[in-house]
Amino acid sequence: MPKVLLDWFYVAVFAVVGTLMAVLPLGVVWLLAPRADLPQKNITYESGVIPFGQAWAQFNVRYYLFALVFVVFDVEVIYLYPWAVVFRQLGTFAFAEMLLFVLILLVGLAYAWRKGALEWV
Amino acid sequence: MPWFIELLKATGLAVVIFTFLAVVSAMFGVYLERKISGWIQARLGPKHVGPQGLLQTVADTVKLLQKEHITPRNADALIFNAAPVIVAVAALLDWIVIPFGKFGGRVLVVRDINIGVLYFAAMASVTVIGIISGGWSSNNKYALLGGLRSAAQMISYEIPLALGILWVAMVAGTLSTVGIVDAQVKQGSWFMFKLPPPIGWFGLPFGILASLTFLTAATAEVNRVPFDLPEAESELVAGYFAEYTGMRFALFQLGEYGEMFGMAGVATIMFFGGWTEPHLQPWMWLLVTLASLVVVAVILFSGLRQTLLVRPILILASLGFLLSLVMFFGSRAGLSPVLPSPVWFLTKLFALVFFLMWMRWTYPRLRLDQLLNLSWKVLLPLGLLNLVATGFVLTAWGR
Amino acid sequence: MGELAAFMILSLVTLIPAVVVVTSSNIVRAALSLVPTFLGVTGLYVMLQAEFVAGIQVLIYAGAITVLILFVIMLTAGGTGARTRQINEQVPLGAMAAVWLAFVLIVIFSRTVWPVLAGALPAYNVIAVGNAFLTDYVLIFEVTSLVLLVSLVGAIVIARREE
Repeated sequence: MPKVLLDWFYVAVFAVVGTLMAVLPLGVVWLLAPRADLPQKNITYESGVIPFGQAWAQFNVRYYLFALVFVVFDVEVIYLYPWAVVFRQLGTFAFAEMLLFVLILLVGLAYAWRKGALEWV
Repeated sequence: MPWFIELLKATGLAVVIFTFLAVVSAMFGVYLERKISGWIQARLGPKHVGPQGLLQTVADTVKLLQKEHITPRNADALIFNAAPVIVAVAALLDWIVIPFGKFGGRVLVVRDINIGVLYFAAMASVTVIGIISGGWSSNNKYALLGGLRSAAQMISYEIPLALGILWVAMVAGTLSTVGIVDAQVKQGSWFMFKLPPPIGWFGLPFGILASLTFLTAATAEVNRVPFDLPEAESELVAGYFAEYTGMRFALFQLGEYGEMFGMAGVATIMFFGGWTEPHLQPWMWLLVTLASLVVVAVILFSGLRQTLLVRPILILASLGFLLSLVMFFGSRAGLSPVLPSPVWFLTKLFALVFFLMWMRWTYPRLRLDQLLNLSWKVLLPLGLLNLVATGFVLTAWGR
Repeated sequence: MGELAAFMILSLVTLIPAVVVVTSSNIVRAALSLVPTFLGVTGLYVMLQAEFVAGIQVLIYAGAITVLILFVIMLTAGGTGARTRQINEQVPLGAMAAVWLAFVLIVIFSRTVWPVLAGALPAYNVIAVGNAFLTDYVLIFEVTSLVLLVSLVGAIVIARREE
């Protein structure tokens, strides 16, 4: 097997074994722990009072704005990874390219800042 | 090697690493946290189960194993049960690329994946799915708020975290964790202090800035004080795991502490030389020995001995004394390396973990807007500028 | 043999949650089912030995896009827990389009003469990608940042209006 495949074969095995080992104690609990179904016990916790309405309600738009800005910057960072790895070999030209790339994105950051997209009010 | 031998090896390693996470990072980590928080708040911390309360968390685990699982009636049971498993497995997967040391020419790492640190960032980013789905599926207002806050916080700090990783990748010219440590061996010092020759010590400000950015972002990424808004026990009860009982709660804890130790491990590898031994002259080790001896003596032979607040300092100074004493005699005797490399890795790892706990019990919690401002308006521009400046220095001077 | 088995498993990991995404009556479950789908695609990239793309797939899709989608869902009026019955009057039309697309794709895939020898894979594909970006595809690299800038500005403009 090529090294890459073998590496990720380990990742897959880790994911499967990890899931099993995480579920194992839950199985032990199933064997050991007592079970008593009382109607009051399974009510959602809300500081001791009967829950008021559903928790699944509409949420603030700000979370969405932050997620949008995040996705854009995450993609940007992804583009910089290959650059970072070869940068030392390629020298001045590579640096100039990266500078341009980052500057354009800094414009984006400045825009988001000015428009108050990074503001949590 | 035939595939079934690899399968056996992988399974065995997975079991070993999972046990390491459960015992060292979750059980011992929680014990350390309680003990250190006790000292910082002038209490004793756990004391009764086992010597100095060492077995307290083991007893807690046994207790949790006997607790009933409660799934709230209004919860989405499937996602509710899957969420803690996702968090724990994501923490386990982080550890594949973390090298523990070098033993007889072989690096002690599960797999040296080519995209090592990128892989780490990717796996760490999966945690947020577990947290948000745990918070949502509970159908509890505290949990949902905690989960959403946590997601907003984790995605905000992922960018500065990635910028720290990028900085190291740029200086080392590789993404592999082993390659990064090798690059530090080659230049003869940690990336935190020096850049590759001929820049050397002039790289100090860049290195310090990059490591501080990374550590701050890492603290926020694992939801610890001063960035613990998602859990905020005083306002959100426990945040996203408010509804979790028994072992599922323990799995969340395992994931959280596993992630914290993982972040400390990657920081050790990227900025603090990984498993390599610091090279100091024997007289410098002697100086450290004497200094820590003085601290220990002052504490022991004065009224300070009675004060619980100085306990962490006393413990640290005595450990530092022992370590530097061994190093002094070892380097005098011409041994190199004096101590085996896993010892150094674990020493640095625990030093960072101690630092994180110390921060946790020293600073108050930030407000949500302050938290997001810190990430987007301070750490992100700072990280980008540091990247550009270091790139400039490396291009202009570093060849 | 092993490769085929791995491909089969990964296809199942990709496709079964994808069906759940389309058919689930609960919108959050549908969004969360995207995660195993994305991870299955990651596995397919790994099988092509495109490690870097696999890393991106996890980081961007599983870690970022899913969160974005979840946040959008949490914005929906009336809450997320409601079990809506799926009503779609355009099922026959959609099915026809899908069958037609599948037919076209199968014809294309079976008719095309695929080059079997693609040349040697680079040992480190991040370095290969980086070199390509900074030498042959410089313009694309830079234009990408403009595209990102435009998408950021556009997203902010739209989201602000919604407020």
